[in-house]
Amino acid sequence: MSGLSTSVNPIPLHRLARWLLAVPVLMLLAYLVLMDNGAISQTGTFLHELMHDGRHLLGVPCH
Amino acid sequence: MIKTLLVRGLLVGLLAGLVAGAFAFFLGEPHVDSAIALEEAAPTGHASGEPGHDHGEGASEGHGHGDEAVVSRPVQRAGLFLATGLYGVAVGGVFALAFAGLRGRVGPRSEPLLAVAAAATAFAAIVLIPFLKYPANPPAVGDPATINARTLLYVVMVVVGLASVAIGVAATRRVTVRETWARALVGGVCFLVPVVAAWALLPTVDEVPAGFPASLLWDFRVASLGTQLVFWAAFGALFAVAGERAKARVS
Ligand SMILES: [Zn+2]
Repeated sequence: MSGLSTSVNPIPLHRLARWLLAVPVLMLLAYLVLMDNGAISQTGTFLHELMHDGRHLLGVPCH
Repeated sequence: MIKTLLVRGLLVGLLAGLVAGAFAFFLGEPHVDSAIALEEAAPTGHASGEPGHDHGEGASEGHGHGDEAVVSRPVQRAGLFLATGLYGVAVGGVFALAFAGLRGRVGPRSEPLLAVAAAATAFAAIVLIPFLKYPANPPAVGDPATINARTLLYVVMVVVGLASVAIGVAATRRVTVRETWARALVGGVCFLVPVVAAWALLPTVDEVPAGFPASLLWDFRVASLGTQLVFWAAFGALFAVAGERAKARVS
């Protein structure tokens, strides 16, 4: 395990800030996959149906 | 640096999602099919059940997944990989940004160790803690009329899981005692108190229909938890390995 212990320096938080804009986009993606029933996607039940087995097996309430 | 981490999170998330999808396909789908078969055989289905017709391919049956045959069963089975893959992309990206913020501040100083520890923590916070209160259910279990309330409660439980981890970690860092075990104990208690409070205080959901086979429910839930376990194990390992490879290329 040599070489793994190169001391990591924290990334300055101000440099992280603008990347946090990606978080809402990723959360929206997660919402569309796991929970949307047409309210936001405007595809009716299509997304729900397509992701159906995934929702159940990922443990999210489905119907 | 941050961009590298984010790209790593997105790609590794996709990969781990597909691995978890394969697990779910082989070990979970049979139980989903069994549950749907029961659902359709039920004399008083969710709506105008024409008993026995093919799920999703017939004209009109109840609710949710069969409705209007928007998506046929074979496509739903393929959609499983799309769902787990996109889930991986989404949580992988958020994980990577959290990792970028934690790195060098909280947890192990070694990047691969931090990756594995953070993935295990994420599994506990957003999967295990919600699962123990609101376990996964197969099709045919659950009242469609309560889906919004159940989804909200589930999200609250995920937030409780994440907040409890944050509280536990913050407490461990603030405590001034030197002994490692004492710090771990304080952190553990501060983590468990909100979790147990939420388990006790949030409403219980019990919508398993009478006569639903207990063994099928159990098998499905194990397969569901296994899917998430496979995802987070694969994700943590791949995220750690990808980081070491990136480092090897630089040096
Ligand atoms: Zn469903």
